[in-house]
Amino acid sequence: MNEQPLLEVKNLKKYFPIRKGLLRRLAGHVRAVDDVSFAIRKGETLSLVGESGCGKTTTSRCILRALDPTAGQIRYRSNESTVVDLAELPKSRLRPLRRQMQMIFQDPFSSLNPRMTLFDIISEPLVVNNVGTPQSRRERVAELLELVGLPPEFMNRYPHAFSGGQRQRIGIARALALNPALIVADEPVSALDVSVQAQIVNLLLDLQAELGLAYLFVAHDLSVVKHVSDRVAVMYVGKIVEIAETSALFSQPRHPYTEALLSAVPKPDPRLRSQRIILEGEVADPAHPPSGCYFHPRCRYAVDRCKTESPELNEIEPGHFVSCHRANEIELVGVS
Amino acid sequence: MQQTSQPILSVRNLKTYFHQDEGIVRAVDGASFDIYPGRTLGIVGESGCGKSVTARSILQIVDKGGRIEDGEILLRRATGNGQNDILDLAKLKPDSRQARAIRGSEIALIFQEPMTSFSPFHTVGNQIIEAIRLHKPVSRTEARQEAIELLRMVGIPRPDRRIDEYSFQLSGGLRQRVMIAMALSSDPKVLIADEPTTALDVTTQAQVLELLQQLQEEKGLSIILITHDMGVIAEMADDVVVMYLGRVVEQGPVDEIFHAPKHPYTRMLLRSIPSILARPRTKLATIAGSIPHPYNRPAGCPFHPRCPEFMPGKCDVLEPELVRQGENQEVSCFLYEE
Ligand SMILES: Nc1ncnc2c1ncn2[C@@H]1O[C@H](COP(=O)(O)OP(=O)(O)OP(=O)(O)O)[C@@H](O)[C@H]1O
Ligand SMILES: Nc1ncnc2c1ncn2[C@@H]1O[C@H](COP(=O)(O)OP(=O)(O)OP(=O)(O)O)[C@@H](O)[C@H]1O
Ligand code: SF4
Ligand code: SF4
Ligand SMILES: [Mg+2]
Ligand SMILES: [Mg+2]
Repeated sequence: MNEQPLLEVKNLKKYFPIRKGLLRRLAGHVRAVDDVSFAIRKGETLSLVGESGCGKTTTSRCILRALDPTAGQIRYRSNESTVVDLAELPKSRLRPLRRQMQMIFQDPFSSLNPRMTLFDIISEPLVVNNVGTPQSRRERVAELLELVGLPPEFMNRYPHAFSGGQRQRIGIARALALNPALIVADEPVSALDVSVQAQIVNLLLDLQAELGLAYLFVAHDLSVVKHVSDRVAVMYVGKIVEIAETSALFSQPRHPYTEALLSAVPKPDPRLRSQRIILEGEVADPAHPPSGCYFHPRCRYAVDRCKTESPELNEIEPGHFVSCHRANEIELVGVS
Repeated sequence: MQQTSQPILSVRNLKTYFHQDEGIVRAVDGASFDIYPGRTLGIVGESGCGKSVTARSILQIVDKGGRIEDGEILLRRATGNGQNDILDLAKLKPDSRQARAIRGSEIALIFQEPMTSFSPFHTVGNQIIEAIRLHKPVSRTEARQEAIELLRMVGIPRPDRRIDEYSFQLSGGLRQRVMIAMALSSDPKVLIADEPTTALDVTTQAQVLELLQQLQEEKGLSIILITHDMGVIAEMADDVVVMYLGRVVEQGPVDEIFHAPKHPYTRMLLRSIPSILARPRTKLATIAGSIPHPYNRPAGCPFHPRCPEFMPGKCDVLEPELVRQGENQEVSCFLYEE
């Protein structure tokens, strides 16, 4: 594997102000992303998982600079010798780099303009970036449609005539138009039916093998995540609590939250009716997180220290990082 | 095995159609299944196969433009002297007093999106109190006490305070619990849960599924659990109905459905689901083609354009019936004809 990361996120923070009253007085902050660090290599899939509101979308929007980070670095290797910090770059200098990073969205229904043909939709990034001639763009769109498994003849049609899976393919074709190196996919299959979901998961795997793409894959469905990821990062209330290679994370989780999350996933076999760990209570409010370890009010392994001291993300085995005071003394159960 | 008792609800050849300018949508096209006391029947299938319309037909709350065209929905009720009587809900007028009475009491429904089923103008407590008083002659104070008890039973922390909150002040998981409390306020025999956990996180989903199981044990509820998630079916159901384009293509005990599926669609559906037990980075099996548009329903077996075992001249011409296979399984496919 390539040792130089394509993307390196360091101590990323995104705080949203909370304003109250008529004077819009600053009343506090939502710590949506709170000191997050990770790296993605060329051609690799890193998944971000965690419950609703844990900061997955905010993290990915910061990377694409759809949001301005509050603090931290987003180091992107645009070629062998150049690394730029996207967090610092003024908007005007982002455009050439934006071509290398593209987004696929969750909702194929609302993300496509109904008044544009497939040709208009897919070639728009080429037009905006002044790439090619009208003729070469038609060829490129035909090639892209074929790549995502749609007949090139469809290019003059409008998106409303297509099913959810076909629309997701259109969104993927558009994201690939400028030959990106990194695709940020925020819940790309969650709105799809099982049989369509399988087709899109396979398409994403094929495209990665063919084009050497790196994916930041945001999802809450751990089963899908298992099928696509090289590594997985688990987020809880704005922080990464565990990050590891896929098989290690699923079979030997080292953070109590990861263990609970895995045990809650329904297994598609009635003979394995699970010993679910039922987490008490709810996810902490990122505007008023608990003291110490954010997970302590729900953690069945918590000790006094957890209430006061917040744990650091430590590498406890090569490539396996965990943020838990007790990571080395508790035995956790995974799935395999 | 399960057939030691009589079904509490039997759906027989149910057909519910929507008449539209573009044509007729056969949303449910001859569905049959039974629900037994204290058991969970899972109804599974992909989007648009008719799961919700089936549920709404049972309750006689089909959207405008839709109508039950044929079939029976037989509800078995105790008459008090050890006898049963059987009422065909399909024969009731949707807005008749009797239909409303059954909706409010014997059969209750919970939906996927609890937000839309609460009024933003009334506290959740007032809505539950109203529901209680609709079918029971109790005072407001008594009803309020009962509502607090219901909220406590579904695991709402500090129910005496939560009762005066509005639904938008609650998290998704709490809202779904309140919805279940409201459904239970009439002490129903049958609870229809239409995608009750689809909008929730896995951890919250686990809490709600656990709650449903616990309530079933305590109250002997029959549950119809509608979902597109095979994992949820495997965890919860005793019996399973698999639907495709408005038809039941296969049904049987959960173990047979998962370990000895018969219908080509069931088999392919099971192979195409992502599993947390899979090896990392493995592709999924896929089903060729896509679900046809409801106006262009294929002739013959509705699955034939996508079926790897399609028999030309037969499957595209004749309609297979649901026939018994082995002890408890039923399947609608020409591969299993005598
Ligand atoms: N523009 C905003 N202003 C204020 N708070 C915000 C804003 N965007 C997100 N948040 C808050 O930041 C936190 C993280 O939200 P985010 O959308 O990143 O979560 P997520 O992990 O993507 O969740 P989901 O799984 O529901 O998509 C949440 O508490 C959310 O309410
Ligand atoms: N009010 C309506 N008017 C016209 N057609 C309708 C209406 N409601 C449902 N249908 C159609 O009936 C069919 C069955 O819909 P239904 O909502 O029962 O599907 P479902 O199995 O519940 O799907 P999902 O998993 O998406 O909830 C679909 O083809 C749908 O388009
Ligand atoms: S630090 Fe303590 S509370 Fe936090 S996860 Fe570890 S054991 Fe649980
Ligand atoms: S009846 Fe024919 S087309 Fe239909 S599922 Fe059976 S084999 Fe396939
Ligand atoms: Mg999100
Ligand atoms: Mg539905």
